[in-house]
Amino acid sequence: MAQLTMAKALNEGLRKTMEDDPKVLVMGEDVGKLGGVFRVTDALQKDFGEDRVIDTPLAESGIIGTAIGLAMRGYRPVCEIQFDGFVYPAYDQIVSQLAKMHARSQGMVKMPITIRIPFGGGIGAVEHHSESPEAYFAHTAGLKVVACSNPIDAYFMIQQAVRSDDPIVFFEPKRRYWEKADVDTSITPDSLWSARVVRPGTDATLLAYGPMVKTCLDAAAAAEEDGRNLEVLDLRSLSPLDYPTVFESVRRTKRLVIVHEAPSFVGLGTEITARVQEELYYEMEAPVLRVTGFDTPYPPSRIEEEYLPDLDRVLHAVDRSLNY
Amino acid sequence: MSLTDLAVETTPVATSTAAGPELVQLLTPEGERVSHPDYDINLSDEEYRGLYRDLVLVRRIDIEATALQRQGELGIWAALLGQEAAQVGSGRALRDQDFAFPTYREHGVAWCRGVDPLRLLGLFRGVDNGGWDPQDKRFHLYTIVIGSQTLHATGYAMGISKDGAVGSGDDSKDEAVIAYFGDGASSQGDVNEAFVWASVYNAPLVFFCQNNQWGISTPTANQTRIPLYQRARGFGFPGVRVDGNDVLATYAVTRKALDDARSGQGPTLVEAFTYRMGAHTTSDDPTRYRLATELEAWKLKDPLERMKAFLYKQQIVDSGYFESVENDANELAARIRKGCLEMADPSPMTMFDHVYDETTPLLEQQRDAFGSYLAGFAEGSH
Repeated sequence: MAQLTMAKALNEGLRKTMEDDPKVLVMGEDVGKLGGVFRVTDALQKDFGEDRVIDTPLAESGIIGTAIGLAMRGYRPVCEIQFDGFVYPAYDQIVSQLAKMHARSQGMVKMPITIRIPFGGGIGAVEHHSESPEAYFAHTAGLKVVACSNPIDAYFMIQQAVRSDDPIVFFEPKRRYWEKADVDTSITPDSLWSARVVRPGTDATLLAYGPMVKTCLDAAAAAEEDGRNLEVLDLRSLSPLDYPTVFESVRRTKRLVIVHEAPSFVGLGTEITARVQEELYYEMEAPVLRVTGFDTPYPPSRIEEEYLPDLDRVLHAVDRSLNY
Repeated sequence: MSLTDLAVETTPVATSTAAGPELVQLLTPEGERVSHPDYDINLSDEEYRGLYRDLVLVRRIDIEATALQRQGELGIWAALLGQEAAQVGSGRALRDQDFAFPTYREHGVAWCRGVDPLRLLGLFRGVDNGGWDPQDKRFHLYTIVIGSQTLHATGYAMGISKDGAVGSGDDSKDEAVIAYFGDGASSQGDVNEAFVWASVYNAPLVFFCQNNQWGISTPTANQTRIPLYQRARGFGFPGVRVDGNDVLATYAVTRKALDDARSGQGPTLVEAFTYRMGAHTTSDDPTRYRLATELEAWKLKDPLERMKAFLYKQQIVDSGYFESVENDANELAARIRKGCLEMADPSPMTMFDHVYDETTPLLEQQRDAFGSYLAGFAEGSH
């Protein structure tokens, strides 16, 4: 068992898929010699060659568009979009071409493409480097969307995503890249599509994914000192969404607080809230509450901590839920 | 005025019928065979007759489909009228192992790749999005968003290089890709990115631009200040302008570009200078934006008439030949009409099929709920 950062765990996971399947390609901006700006693809080009780890021109639509052609040719591309805010030039290829290809070809053309996107804020970056665009992709039929929150999941989820024959947008919480965990590579991982209770509790459910899982775990630890027993649920897969696990948790706790960095309006929390009230209308003790980024452009970094949900804002929402 | 002159004009001028001296031509509008130092072909009489037959049948498919749209059997149709030679010439230049990425107007190329015209009608009727197997036909599904497919073609061609299926010297194995697009799409970012990528990776790819002078109502002068084929130079690969109404020249130029691609010499941009004789689609009215005189000038360059004149002059056909082609066209049109009228609407439930390779529980729930809802009507509970 090795102690790995999330970045290194992703790197090891990618390495494993490339060893297992010669059709796996890694492509993106600066992914080769540099190893990616976050070093997630470090040394892969050295070990697998320039033919399989491709330093591309700086053109995101080109990255996804050519990956589609490579997939048609039988390859299994893993595309890196350098930062969340840089994905939009590729948005047309992702939404209009990649997502629809399997359906429009009546299943004859498979698109085993993984798009890795470092996402979220909290690293003091300039504009376009801290966004949470997951809802755009979760809204699109034909795409699957996942987000890892810790090194162990990172190691396994990236491999599961690459092996899937469906196109997957894989969100990596960039501010957690350097957090470490012991990664036992010999275990059998959960299904990529399953949510997981990462901290069992009884009084309310905190639902999060990606960077906010740790924030919620910290909030639950703090609440415990006040005698409150919070459950934390890591969604892991944003589309498809593991509702049975969500419903099971909320049925027990009867209270739900959804936490994400993305803006509130028509975010993941909106959809989850609608489904929970539909399923658990008579069982809830309080309305579903959301703690999110604000409905503003991501702010300059000196005030980003005010924008991002933190322990206090999460606990404030828990108070409102419990006092309802 | 030629398009070359537009580069020094301060006011963009609407479309032109003159292509300029750089145009590669092997057959004049009068059907005279001319030679070209870089591009020549020597086809058998049978091949010449075959190309003419293709032109006639492809035009007939187009005319029948337009009629079916007018009669309410198709939602819309994008006519290829006037572009038959550009499509048949380039389509017939492809080898079996080559792969084509079309726009939504490549009915002539589809014909050359063996795609049943009824599949094209199915798309425009609205029963599916094409329905042919792209791998089987080596012909991708139509791409509606202009330019997107040029990147797919580039990626596919990069894959060919990775597979080592280029430059081996074995003509039966080396592969090439052709990406179709138009003068309008030449302004798209994706097309320009495809130029960059294909050049940088030396992809075995032919960019085949049918400059039909109009993007709906937008003339080519609004897309470019230099002849489109000259753009290739800035990206680092050769460009050539061919008479797109000359099936022989289009065939020769495309074949050379494909041979170059297969042998490892990288991409070429072919600009087929042609004209959209009809409307953009059956929903369009070109009389609002272009002059009848322009259309009349291009009618004199008709791709079928010049091939017909050539066949007569070569004395390689008799009246029985033209009659048999006409009979084939009539038969094809009748089959298309019958097939179109018989084309059943798909079950509403099929919209849930194939969204994913591995479907999802939520989608299955939605399908089941909708299925029950529909079944309720059958049982009379609604």
